[in-house]
Amino acid sequence: MAKSNTSVPFKGTKEQEAQLMQVIADHKEQPGALMPVLQQAQEIYGYLPLEVQEMISLGLDIPLEEVYGVVTFYSQFSLYPKGQYKISVCLGTACYVKGSGDIYDKLSRSLGIKGGECTPDGKFSLEACRCIGACGLAPVMTINDDVYGRLSVDEIEGILAKYQD
Amino acid sequence: MFRSHVLVCGGTGCTSSGSEQIVATLEKEIERNGLKDEVKVIKTGCFGLCALGPIMIVYPEGSFYSMVKPEDIPEIVTEHLLKGRIVKRLLYQETVQDDDTIESLNNTNFYKKQHRVALRNCGVINPENIDEYIGMDGYQALGKVLTEMTPEQVIQVILDSGLRGRGGAGFPTGRKWSFARASVNEQKYVCCNADEGDPGAFMDRSVLEGDPHAVIEAMAIAGYAIGANQGYIYVRAEYPIAVKRLQIAIDQAREYGLLGKNIFDTGFDFNLELRLGAGAFVCGEETALMTSIEGHRGEPRCRPPFPAVKGLFGKPTVLNNVETYANIPQIILNGPEWFASMGTEKSKGTKVFALGGKINNTGLVEVPMGTTLREIVEEIGGGIPGGKKFKAAQTGGPSGGCIPAEHIDIPIDYDNLLSIGSMMGSGGLIVMDEDTCMVDIAKFFLEFTVDESCGKCTPCRVGTKRLLEMLDKITKGNATLEDLDKLEELCHYIKENALCGLGQTAPNPVLSTLHYFRDEYVSHIVDKKCPAGVCKALLSYEIDPAKCKGCTLCSRICPASAISGEVKKVHTIDKQKCVKCGACMEKCRFGAIVKK
Repeated sequence: MAKSNTSVPFKGTKEQEAQLMQVIADHKEQPGALMPVLQQAQEIYGYLPLEVQEMISLGLDIPLEEVYGVVTFYSQFSLYPKGQYKISVCLGTACYVKGSGDIYDKLSRSLGIKGGECTPDGKFSLEACRCIGACGLAPVMTINDDVYGRLSVDEIEGILAKYQD
Repeated sequence: MFRSHVLVCGGTGCTSSGSEQIVATLEKEIERNGLKDEVKVIKTGCFGLCALGPIMIVYPEGSFYSMVKPEDIPEIVTEHLLKGRIVKRLLYQETVQDDDTIESLNNTNFYKKQHRVALRNCGVINPENIDEYIGMDGYQALGKVLTEMTPEQVIQVILDSGLRGRGGAGFPTGRKWSFARASVNEQKYVCCNADEGDPGAFMDRSVLEGDPHAVIEAMAIAGYAIGANQGYIYVRAEYPIAVKRLQIAIDQAREYGLLGKNIFDTGFDFNLELRLGAGAFVCGEETALMTSIEGHRGEPRCRPPFPAVKGLFGKPTVLNNVETYANIPQIILNGPEWFASMGTEKSKGTKVFALGGKINNTGLVEVPMGTTLREIVEEIGGGIPGGKKFKAAQTGGPSGGCIPAEHIDIPIDYDNLLSIGSMMGSGGLIVMDEDTCMVDIAKFFLEFTVDESCGKCTPCRVGTKRLLEMLDKITKGNATLEDLDKLEELCHYIKENALCGLGQTAPNPVLSTLHYFRDEYVSHIVDKKCPAGVCKALLSYEIDPAKCKGCTLCSRICPASAISGEVKKVHTIDKQKCVKCGACMEKCRFGAIVKK
């Protein structure tokens, strides 16, 4: 999936770095430690910029190109920060058959961004996801931890308005 | 002792429709009415009827309340729990009889034909409490295996049961185990594939959320059978509730001495670790999954060597799917004959399906192998909403194919599905009606595989992309009949040459829709029409002069300024300018805009 090319300066703090070092120390001896460390690093920083990947590469003694290779392979790892409100529209089969493609297009139009991008004010980011397993509620989207099910296109504006404070 | 138990579904489906809030309100109301010592609220796994969530059941009566809202709770508590008067108005209406008596849930259409083996504890026990699992004969199978059986006997029982892998391909589980047993090595591994990636499939998630200990117990049994003392569960990070409950279950099992060193004092050690996926569909393929656990890009490897010889970290490994494991303790306890008595000649036992798409009762069903699609769709699934016509059911996700209406009476098992060009897959069953365009569906699955192809082998990386381009051409009305032949040829080429299961099965959705719905492809190409009215490029929007009031709303919102007309006069759409976004149709208050 295309990723946005906006580069945001890295603003990591000392506390975050200390947390990351702790995570690396905890996993260093474990076989296959890279994935769990990347997952926790993304929780600490919200995304995985090169600066963070370098720290992990040094800490686990794994070449940076390999770390980068793993980060770019898995769709859950992000090289760029996400919006304050992260919108995911489920494009799994059950939702798609029930019209989630139209929901996605509508959001894209309303926000003026494509999938993988973030609005210029950093408020919303939009992405398509594959089946969150709430097929009984299709079509479904999530905004951060809120789940919206049985959606129709004309509800979208109203839902977005709730986040425009 | 509690007088009443209230079971609230805490699966992902019901949680998404607000069951957490139901539990909180229930507890508050019960406390307020002074019933705290008489009524107990239990958060369980999935009941299966996700379409009607949030769901709660009150025992001992077995009253099934569906689509419960927080504002209904005070009434249910004061009427039902305090005074003993069931609030019939709020019950699942199918359980309320004409003569106003209440039918047992097991006699409703949705549950009547089901037979729960893998799901037997889902929606029955509290998955976060190991004692409830033990109360349902939990860990007895592990005890029996460790104290009364040799590893060879265990494998023989699994072989005799006829259990086949529930992840999709249907390889006999007992044979897999015996291969791994036969590999000589100091270190072996047991893995669980919980990377349920097929869009529209959520069977494994429900088992993990509703009955995590069954999987843990089965993995320990597998470890004993093949001679492994370390296991890994590879679970999707997109399933936070399942991850949390698995972790709780592992910790509790460890605390009870059911995992760890010297289990049941027999000298058998077994440890389990959770590994989270990171959103790559290909990691559901067994070799890719192991590469991912090892901490690399999840690319598949060549087979042979098979995992039973050289798997995780280069050691002999058994990898089974969640649902396969969930059957194991029951087979050990009830015997292989019991299991083999269900199902068809070559497919034994039951299968869980995630029913979705255009169907009334979306949710999770478990039926004996050999049940027909008609029974599943029309009886259990309650038919198609809006009286529409059944067109096809899609099974096996992006690797599978569709079952058209002409085959609706085929008994579903591994071999029958293969013979009609589909596959069992992990159990996603998406129902489609006449409004679904089969070319568009094929394109949808190809978009998925193109997106998820890992890029290691050329047939998949380049081939699926070319397939998608051809399908795109067809849905835009730019293709020729010659393209159809090329499409088919390329499909066969990819099937024969791709490295792993993902690539080899990627053309299936195209081949199967081409086989059964060739006329739809032809009408896109020759008549430039999409019979189902889905493919945008082949549609046109028009204004019905009889209904248009000339309110000007549509012309104001049209992003392409394609609509013109004066106030209170009939408007028209300039088809040259129209971008077919559908915004006008969405906004028109008089239903005057139609798509053709």
